[in-house]
Amino acid sequence: MIRYIVVRTLTMIPTLVMISILVFLIIELPPGDFFESYVAELRALGEEADLAEIEMLRERYGFDQPQILRYLHWAGGMLTGDFGYSFEYRLPVNEVVGDRLWLTIVLSVLTILFTWALAFPIGIYSATHQYSYGDYGLTFLGLIGIAVPNFMLALVMMYFANTWFGISIGNLMDRQYLNEPLSWDKFTSILSHIWIPVVIIGAAGTAGMVRRLRANLLDELGKQYVVTARAKGLHPKKVLRKYPLRMALNFFVSDIGSILPAMISGAEVTAIVLSLETTGPMLIRALQSQDMYLAGSFLMFLAFLTVIGVLISDIALAFLDPRIRLGAGSSK
Amino acid sequence: MTRVTDSMPEPGAPLGHFVSDLPFDPNEAESRQNAETRFAEASQRQLMWWQFRKHKIAYWCGIFLLIIYSTIVISEFLAPYNQHTRNSDFIYSPPQPVRLFHDGQFIGPFVYGRDQTLDMETLRRVYTDDLTDVQPLRFFCRGDGYDFWGMIPGNLHFVCPAKDGEAFLLGTDRLGRDVLSRIIYGGRVSLTIGILGVTLSFILGIVIGGLAGYHGGWFDAVTQRVIEVLQSIPSIPLWMALAAIIPVTWSPILVYMGITVILGLLDWTGLARAVRSKLLSLREEDYVLAARLMGAGSGRIIGRHMVPGFMSHLIATATLAIPAMILGETALSFLGIGLRPPISSWGILLTEARGVNIIALYPWLLFPVVPVILVVLAFNFLGDGLRDAADPYK
Repeated sequence: MIRYIVVRTLTMIPTLVMISILVFLIIELPPGDFFESYVAELRALGEEADLAEIEMLRERYGFDQPQILRYLHWAGGMLTGDFGYSFEYRLPVNEVVGDRLWLTIVLSVLTILFTWALAFPIGIYSATHQYSYGDYGLTFLGLIGIAVPNFMLALVMMYFANTWFGISIGNLMDRQYLNEPLSWDKFTSILSHIWIPVVIIGAAGTAGMVRRLRANLLDELGKQYVVTARAKGLHPKKVLRKYPLRMALNFFVSDIGSILPAMISGAEVTAIVLSLETTGPMLIRALQSQDMYLAGSFLMFLAFLTVIGVLISDIALAFLDPRIRLGAGSSK
Repeated sequence: MTRVTDSMPEPGAPLGHFVSDLPFDPNEAESRQNAETRFAEASQRQLMWWQFRKHKIAYWCGIFLLIIYSTIVISEFLAPYNQHTRNSDFIYSPPQPVRLFHDGQFIGPFVYGRDQTLDMETLRRVYTDDLTDVQPLRFFCRGDGYDFWGMIPGNLHFVCPAKDGEAFLLGTDRLGRDVLSRIIYGGRVSLTIGILGVTLSFILGIVIGGLAGYHGGWFDAVTQRVIEVLQSIPSIPLWMALAAIIPVTWSPILVYMGITVILGLLDWTGLARAVRSKLLSLREEDYVLAARLMGAGSGRIIGRHMVPGFMSHLIATATLAIPAMILGETALSFLGIGLRPPISSWGILLTEARGVNIIALYPWLLFPVVPVILVVLAFNFLGDGLRDAADPYK
């Protein structure tokens, strides 16, 4: 088991290296750099740029060096926890980001829990009551969840939360806690706000998961061991609980790998619409202003979050399923 | 019917015997056999079609999509207005319902005329229907001028408002442009971007997955890693990053191309995986060996002998990928980093509905989301049906 965990963790490293190369290429792609657009912007406003300072920054961040060196500098810095410098905010990325990374993680974890809590009973119900009205209704509801764009759902919910409950859900917490350290009040304030994005982001993920869980469970239910168990007179509920449900649980854990990227995508868009204090709104602003270190570290962070999520789900799966930890399937 | 009677016939009279007067077809046995062999002899394509037709929802969704896609050929004709026409007298005008009866009398489709007043307290425009002003809709009529496909000038419309009247069936936006017309025009961009993107990812998926699956070795190993990496990065942030790169100076058509390429470039991974795993199992087949012994190159073996065998699966997979692209384009445009005006797509139309105030005051600006949902749903059902039909022998 330990060997499996070690091997699985080690295979994560080349993936992360390749992701970092890809992210670096993407943030390097646009012609020009932040300084050029910054100077141009100042000129347009009729101001004189402090060229000496810019030259200094340029040198400090190696903009005069070849790309490979810059990449090594950037990637090496990330290893030691230095994510570079945000040119727009004129602060190290670490300070600009602040709580946002943590809030993103909290939001993602809560969304996954929400998705699970909802998808599991619905999936089981749909599979055990195949072709019933309830099954059709839930399937249709799920398809709607897939088809309605996240941002639209966010807008509409924002409107209804405003008119029905009278709460503004534009943020993740009340204004006065924005730059406060974590306290009990801030915590409860976050809790009272966070459920709306969780529901919005979870909607699409839940729908997809129910769909796959249903198909998976139906496969299991048709197998011979279920027929045998039924034939020897076990109570249907016990049959379900003893065998197919445990098989479905495996799938449930492994499915994280496929819903996590989609969920984080949805979370970004939703966060932009609701202007949550997570990575989304800042990422899009950074991309638009070519604030490359900021954008790069956000992209890297999101990818890292997915890779870690998949890693955790793989390890959990190995605990659940002896075939994986004993078999050769470490790469799959 | 003649009956055989119990009593013996008179001597010399003809013997009574049974004659069925039911219609008799001497070729019946043969034709029944034909009906049985119809299944056995049907081509694979025929079987798929029969299988697909059984899936009623998928069948109707396919027809719905065909209709929708054929409308984009003649958007200019179908839209009652030109998408850029501004009616400064009708800004944020709510939808005008189409009515058939006026004063209990059948008139045919018409709308009531509208009066605009300015509410001096809230400074909102208030529109009231003038219930005496009946404005019948005209069909196959001359209206707003347009350039058909940007080339041929014309002004023929399927439906237009009455002369000197207006009919905004789905309301107008902040510049007084007709929302319905803009939705019809927007479909042209939103619908094609998914198809083009999937075509691109289809080609990439078959070529890359094909090479990886057929040759294996280092190319396969590298491809597997790349796919893993691409799949582990959340797609929307990656799309956002790539879309933000597109220079502001590009013309709308170039931006359109750019977005298509971005959507396609990141989506081929799923298809490539499917192609690879199929090829891995197929390359040990005898017919592949036979082709190789006859001296066919790997390109020919993959393209001519192996891919057609599971093309239907690929098409089903691709169909399921289209809605993701349509939603992706909508999200990108909505966030302001996808397509840009003057091009209109459903995502761009939805940017008008950004913000809670707009939804509260002018909810009809949300109408563009209806075709998005319908098309995405239809593609999902169609894809499901195609996937079931792809394997008719099951």
